[in-house]
Amino acid sequence: MANVALDPHAAIATTASGVGAALTTADGKPLARALARSQRRARRRAFLLVLPLLAFILVTFVIPIGQMLQRSFYNDGFSRNMPQVSAWFAATERGTDPDEAAWAALAADLTAAAEARTIGMVGTRINYDLSGARSLFTSTGRALRGGLEPPYREALLGINEGWDNPMLWSAMREASRPYTANFYLAALDRTRDEDGRIRQVDERQQVYVMLFMRTFWLSLLITGLTFLLGFPIAHLLATLPMRKSNLLMILVLLPFWTSLLVRTTSWMVLLQQQGVVNDILVWLGVIGHDQRLQMIYNQTGTIIAMTHILLPFMVLPLYSVMRTINPSYVRAARSLGATSWTAFRRVYFPQTLPGLGAGALLVFILAVGYYITPALVGGSSGQLISNMIAMHMTSTLNWSMAAALAALLLASVLVLYWLYDRLVGIDNLKLG
Amino acid sequence: MKTTLILSTALTGMAFAVSAQEVNVVSWGGAYEMSQVEAYNKPFTAETGIRVNMIAADNPATPLKAQVEAGNVTADVFDVEVSDAIRLCDEGALVEIDHASLPPAPDGTPAVDDFVEGALLDCAVANIVWGTVISFDTTRFPDGAQPQTAADFFDTETFPGKRGLPRNPKRTLYLALIADGVPAAEIYDVLGTDEGVERAFAKLDTIKSDVVWWEAGAQPVQLLADGEVTMTTVYNGRIFDAIVAENKPFAVIWDGQYMDMDMFVIPKDAPNMDAALQYLKFATDTQRLADQAKYIAYGPARKSSAALVGLYQDGVTEMAPHMPTSPEALENAVMDNPEFWADHDTELTERFNAWLASS
Repeated sequence: MANVALDPHAAIATTASGVGAALTTADGKPLARALARSQRRARRRAFLLVLPLLAFILVTFVIPIGQMLQRSFYNDGFSRNMPQVSAWFAATERGTDPDEAAWAALAADLTAAAEARTIGMVGTRINYDLSGARSLFTSTGRALRGGLEPPYREALLGINEGWDNPMLWSAMREASRPYTANFYLAALDRTRDEDGRIRQVDERQQVYVMLFMRTFWLSLLITGLTFLLGFPIAHLLATLPMRKSNLLMILVLLPFWTSLLVRTTSWMVLLQQQGVVNDILVWLGVIGHDQRLQMIYNQTGTIIAMTHILLPFMVLPLYSVMRTINPSYVRAARSLGATSWTAFRRVYFPQTLPGLGAGALLVFILAVGYYITPALVGGSSGQLISNMIAMHMTSTLNWSMAAALAALLLASVLVLYWLYDRLVGIDNLKLG
Repeated sequence: MKTTLILSTALTGMAFAVSAQEVNVVSWGGAYEMSQVEAYNKPFTAETGIRVNMIAADNPATPLKAQVEAGNVTADVFDVEVSDAIRLCDEGALVEIDHASLPPAPDGTPAVDDFVEGALLDCAVANIVWGTVISFDTTRFPDGAQPQTAADFFDTETFPGKRGLPRNPKRTLYLALIADGVPAAEIYDVLGTDEGVERAFAKLDTIKSDVVWWEAGAQPVQLLADGEVTMTTVYNGRIFDAIVAENKPFAVIWDGQYMDMDMFVIPKDAPNMDAALQYLKFATDTQRLADQAKYIAYGPARKSSAALVGLYQDGVTEMAPHMPTSPEALENAVMDNPEFWADHDTELTERFNAWLASS
């Protein structure tokens, strides 16, 4: 049988006679090669087993996300539909004033795009860099149906004087190459002036950097809060007798199984100015009727609701780690004279670190991408960067911008993950 | 779900493509579709003998685009939003509609003058108008001192309490300008300039600390019902339900309402082109648009329909005052301008969010 050839023991038994000679199998083949072949076959079989999963991940995860991220630096809305003027841009230096050849190319491209009904796409692409450009393209496209006569510069300016704007020509030059870093610049509140230099956008337009900072700061804060609230709960669950702890466990899991929207709207009912908490405070006389606290539709609301919603993600890993900690360690520490605080600090707490690390990482990464809760209870000061991504996906339809923001968010999470790995070590992570 | 819809659209289309006595209409389903069946389809079939097949879609623009791109158009009339009508028309998917061929008003006014502004596009004819309006809780203000205008919305001295506004520039900046005295007709001219945007934000600054921002259409009604705000902007159909169906003590201020429309369009290569045109003209005539208001609180897109609007289907509620197109409601109304927003949405949204974040 083939198994004989694969059995290294058999091989050794038959070739042990000649010291120094290459080891061979029973049928005379070199052992090393036979072994490699058998291992290769095993690897192939293993690979075939994971192939369905691999294909699934590739099709449903890697390819769509890759395509989405590609949009952040690739947008051919202009270059594909305006080939002649794109060629002119490629052939000339930045800062070249458009000559009659450029105007002729522009007129030809515009006419073709208007006929092919792609001019809306072209205008949308330029509008990303220069607000107001879309209607310039579509209205010119409509006026072009009769055709254009040279000189083209005067003809186009006759339709709309906006064509002479140097910012427009700069924006078209930027868009004439499908690969661009402009969406990343915009996602960092930067833009290019008409000479192509990078500068900050107007102070009144700066929003993304601030939102990134706020997202990371709030996520950190929420992670800290879930730790403070979750640690005692997990400890209680882990040390109580099984029957009681199971009952309490249900109290942790019940909200976990409840719809996110239900939990978010419940917080609205509780925290709003005419809500339960304020009513009780007024009834107790702690605050006057006209001093009702604003606890929701602001940052406070976002922090409270998100801390509650993410709490189970901290409690569960902590609990599963704490369950495995042998209580005799702490008892030993106490018997050797440690105070309860020292025993906790030096013996118990370090053993919970793997669970804490897993919980903190889970909560933090989930919080960074949170969307529905801040949208509903965040008001104006509790919005996060994910709300901007959603806005660009669904309302302004600037998917390139959404992709750039998402890529930056992903990159910063990966950097944090790397830092975590360097500082704590990812091997110490324990999810259960 | 969507595939099933497209498939069923295709099947119904194929089954009836041979007969000239059929027309296939794709609409939004639900109570809205019901109002169209009652007000348009039944009298249309009674008068012409042409059968109308109603097909529901999540957003009719989606199957329309799919059918045109596949080169297999199976339905004849689609009910779409204004922005989609403009986009699809720009992409060459729709037939152009001769406005002069639309039936005139009963008093002879040509259709071009009878439809509200913006209701007639190259490729589309509006059927209904819906509004974003200011609503307030009447019990929160003493009798005789009820708010009346958009300016009162910004007057928290006289009318104390929180205000509800949607968290986007499109439905907030116009209101600030109206309250600041800009006539509705000039809103987009003013908003197109830096000074105008400055002016709108300056006005919003005056109530910034009193605003509760809402996101979804159901929220403002809830905020008002909970007493969380005393005044809010809200979609007129939703507030109508709260007032009439749930007997809430709310009132509507029509001054400075923001109007959107739904439109009928016909794709190129529609299988029953003649019947489709016939249906479109019939459904958007004065009487039909007025009849629809009996079933839903959306306004007819024709001015002449307002006078013919009768009772709600409960038999007691007079619909006319609830219509976003009543003469009173149209007095100082801002019509949505998709072209303007296609140009300025990104810029103003960034500006708006930066403004929100600054204290």
